[in-house]
Amino acid sequence: MSGNEIHTDVVIIGAGPVGLFAVFELGLLDVKCHLIDILDRAGGQCAELYPEKPIYDIPGFPIVSGQELTDNLMKQIAPFEAEFHFSRMIETLEKLEDGTFKLLSDDGDVFFAKVVVVAAGGGSFQPKRPPVPSIEEYEGKSVFYSVRRMEEFRDQDLVIVGGGDSALDWTLNLAPLAKSVTLVHRRDEFRAAPASVNEMRKLVAEGKVDLKIGQIGGLEGADGQLSAVVLKTADGEVNVPATRMLPFFGLTMKLGPVADWGLELNDNLISVDTEKFATSVPGVFAIGDINHYPGKLKLILSGFHEAALMAQAAKKIISPDERVIFQYTTSSTKLKKKLGVV
Amino acid sequence: MRVLVTDHDGNEHELEALEGWRVMEVIRDWGLDIKAECGGACACATCHVFVNENWVERLEGATAEEEDMLDTVPDVQLNSRLSCQILMSDDLDGLQVTLAPSSRSEEVAA
Repeated sequence: MSGNEIHTDVVIIGAGPVGLFAVFELGLLDVKCHLIDILDRAGGQCAELYPEKPIYDIPGFPIVSGQELTDNLMKQIAPFEAEFHFSRMIETLEKLEDGTFKLLSDDGDVFFAKVVVVAAGGGSFQPKRPPVPSIEEYEGKSVFYSVRRMEEFRDQDLVIVGGGDSALDWTLNLAPLAKSVTLVHRRDEFRAAPASVNEMRKLVAEGKVDLKIGQIGGLEGADGQLSAVVLKTADGEVNVPATRMLPFFGLTMKLGPVADWGLELNDNLISVDTEKFATSVPGVFAIGDINHYPGKLKLILSGFHEAALMAQAAKKIISPDERVIFQYTTSSTKLKKKLGVV
Repeated sequence: MRVLVTDHDGNEHELEALEGWRVMEVIRDWGLDIKAECGGACACATCHVFVNENWVERLEGATAEEEDMLDTVPDVQLNSRLSCQILMSDDLDGLQVTLAPSSRSEEVAA
């Protein structure tokens, strides 16, 4: 728990492509931003779902990968020195009496902002939960979706489920600490890095890791403490004694706390107007995949446009007495100075 | 051509499809509840369907990429496929699939 207090002009919820570009549009208007994202890096869906895959519909780029687009945007917004808060999620959003906002993140940080921009895409990326009855009872006590402290797994009988880098990396990292490690995967082929897979096979050959091909059938235990994992394998049911389980099935997007902030929603999307992309709460805007309006297309380029218009309206709220002249970056010396190109 | 889709409530829908369309697109465009987070990029596994046993062998096999994504599907079965990887053709007229629980969108009270 950090418990830091941060005061800023704008808090942007989501550091995907649209949240990132919002920093640019707001930065041209001298507005300072803090961004929060549940992932451990910028890029949102582009970085998480298709970093290596080509995108063909970004204006000006016949072809660009998800990661390249993210990297370009980070470069583009660098002059504005936005601050990032990764691996966190905003839980509560409260409008204060003076019209500004107080946001609480899940690690205890408090943000105070004049304007909030929700650029949450499809929602926050959260671990996929295996469809095992009563698994919720064990979550946080003996079933975990991430490793915060390796020490918590010392001398435990550990079952790790998955075939990707997360599952293999943690198998290798925790094997020396744990009492036993059983790696479970639905097939004998792994998509993790070949070097990791080879090392795992070595540990299996040495009897240090047990590899089981199958799927989780059920859990045994009491009061949230696991005692065994029941596997469905080609040879029938196998009971694996276990005190800790780490399922790694990848991430999926969940709307989460956004649904509880009193914003008008339309089918899990935030309703906005098309002049400012303002939500039903004055001072809160929504841009990108998370919003909805007649004719909305879930395109990155739409989100970019929405960010530009939102920035104008946000500026009026933040600096109501300042006279803002519309300028072009190509011709304005003032803007070029802000971008550091003059 | 038609695709027969059983939805999350067990109701069967006969959906009209065009040649070359991804089965995920057909299901989504007809308004059935399918998450399909990544829009067909084989990157999210939330377009997961169970293929009727009569049709499993008639589909082109899954690529390594699709198998990798199926690894991340918690409710995977032997007849699991990602519907964004199945392209409609005359051979698949009448294809029968059932939406898997993991392809369901979240329900959030408005």
